[in-house]
Amino acid sequence: MTTLAQGTSVGDPLVNLSIFLVFVAITLVVVFKASRRTRTASDYYAAGRAFTGPQNGVAISGDYLSAASFLGIAGAIAIFGYDGFLYSIGFLVAWLVALLLVAELLRNTGRFTMGDVLSFRMRQRPVRAAAATSTLAVSFFYLLAQMAGAGGLVALLLNVGSKTGQAFVIAGVGLLMVLYVLVGGMRGTTWVQIIKAVLLISGAIVMTIWVAWLFKANLSSLLGDAAADSGKGDAVLNAGLLYGKDAVGKIDFISLSLALVLGTAGLPHILMRFYTVPNAKEARRSVVWAIALIGLFYLLTLALGYGAAALVGPETIAAAPGASNAAAPLLAFELGGTLLLGFISAVAFATILAVVAGLVITASASFAHDVYANVIKEGKFAADDEVRVARITAVVIGALSIVGGIVANGQNIAFLVALAFAVAASANLPTILYSLFWKQFNTSGALWSIYGGLTTCVVLIVFSPAVSGKPTSMFASLDFDVFPLANPGLVSIPVSFLLGYLGTVLSRQNGSVAKYAEMEVRALTGIGSEKATVH
Amino acid sequence: MSTLEQPRTGGGDPPSGADWEDIQRSAEFAELRRRLRSFVFPMTVAFLAWYMLYVLMATYARGFMGTKLFGNITVGLVFGLLQFVSTFLITWAYVRYANNRLDPLATQIRHRIEGGER
Repeated sequence: MTTLAQGTSVGDPLVNLSIFLVFVAITLVVVFKASRRTRTASDYYAAGRAFTGPQNGVAISGDYLSAASFLGIAGAIAIFGYDGFLYSIGFLVAWLVALLLVAELLRNTGRFTMGDVLSFRMRQRPVRAAAATSTLAVSFFYLLAQMAGAGGLVALLLNVGSKTGQAFVIAGVGLLMVLYVLVGGMRGTTWVQIIKAVLLISGAIVMTIWVAWLFKANLSSLLGDAAADSGKGDAVLNAGLLYGKDAVGKIDFISLSLALVLGTAGLPHILMRFYTVPNAKEARRSVVWAIALIGLFYLLTLALGYGAAALVGPETIAAAPGASNAAAPLLAFELGGTLLLGFISAVAFATILAVVAGLVITASASFAHDVYANVIKEGKFAADDEVRVARITAVVIGALSIVGGIVANGQNIAFLVALAFAVAASANLPTILYSLFWKQFNTSGALWSIYGGLTTCVVLIVFSPAVSGKPTSMFASLDFDVFPLANPGLVSIPVSFLLGYLGTVLSRQNGSVAKYAEMEVRALTGIGSEKATVH
Repeated sequence: MSTLEQPRTGGGDPPSGADWEDIQRSAEFAELRRRLRSFVFPMTVAFLAWYMLYVLMATYARGFMGTKLFGNITVGLVFGLLQFVSTFLITWAYVRYANNRLDPLATQIRHRIEGGER
């Protein structure tokens, strides 16, 4: 118990590691079993479309509840109170966009990637190239944030202090994840996400019940204790400690909220999950399950976050390695000692592994299916070629993410997740919505909204306080932050919608009437949609 | 636009180019599109407005959001929890609507096209 005071590590690194290795062993067996049924492109990218809606819904929640939302939101609530909760609401409400506007229509019109849907009635090569560019950009930003976070987690949970030691662990995590993707394809990756989601949500339920028992199921007294222990009093029960301290900060927070709520339905690794079910109705059931589980989980984080504040205390959390990310693990240690901490630590590792595997398979599918098969080979290639290219790409992306994770370890790159959401909301979502619902939308419009949204986001971020000009910036010593907001969504999302409109109207090309008819009828009725493969 | 009747290939195969436009012009399909859009568009506007109202209140009306209703439960906490409630309710309402009003019509059109010849 004295380890807490030393501020280096808590619990027993050996216990943490052993429980994690058990998880690895179980998932490896599952992945190898899944590999025996992975032969065709449809198996590799879409798990043969054989998962049920509920299974896919659990996998989606496993894919979506990244380390940032598990450790990050619990930590933000523990230290800043209400603002952490505020953040989680955007992540949940966002699913209504996917449910009402995107999931079913996308399932009916596409095969493997976002590019399938965007290029359906457009000129194939340019639009697929654009869709792949934006998919790779979003996935890479997201990937880098996950891998860099792994370093801090290692320091906390395995007591690996040196950068070299952490680099080895990051490389190990990366290699394992590539192995999952190579061997198991989408089927293996999905099972890893399902197992992880079940562990994560069970762990959160156990801890919440424990906290509820300690506070006699009285939310008010939990909040009271959290406020008393915070040193900030009732301020932790209201908005404003983390976001929006001044006028610019307030607008910045609104910008972030907009990107969160509109970004989810444009995240390529989430969109790709809708292809793993046999039809649109199962896609709908997937989203319903995902909303139920993600909603439940964010309600639990409220108890975990305030519980950590009340039982561990914000000062202890802030002083621990990994800072606010340590809130959930420290609460686990406080409640259930070494064993519960070991379990939660293993879940945290499993989270990184599952999310990164999902990102890698999405990025490699987009490169192999959109760029290699359709842009380079124009659809003329041997049957096995596409999957072979996808596997090679997975190795390359895995290697890049290991290097990126090692280089970015300890850097302040929290803005990368916000950037990934902003790009998804600006470059992808407007293009998807126009493609599905606007008859006149054409190739120029699609290219303008994808490239325009992507460029606006990246340029605004480069010239924002997230990159330079402030002590917390990536390059604190430099100063070129001419754009005041750290979150570009408020500007880039309307810009992308506008560009998609202008590109369409100004180009005066007429989109194919016949292709629009085919796309709309397919989207709404499911006629001719890809069926599940039977083995 | 070609109005030539394309020979239908047997059940299960998707129809050829001209047929897609025929289906799209049919009264049944127009009704399906109307039903889908008349639910999802207003609902999207509604939940985005409700969410943005919450975000704006949390940003600009903190005094009100910090008001304690009972014990340590604030207006802001209740407002936030209501966002969960509304998300669950809209999900439930859409699934009900889709099962009763969208799926039967879509299935009817699909069966007519894919298996109509039998």
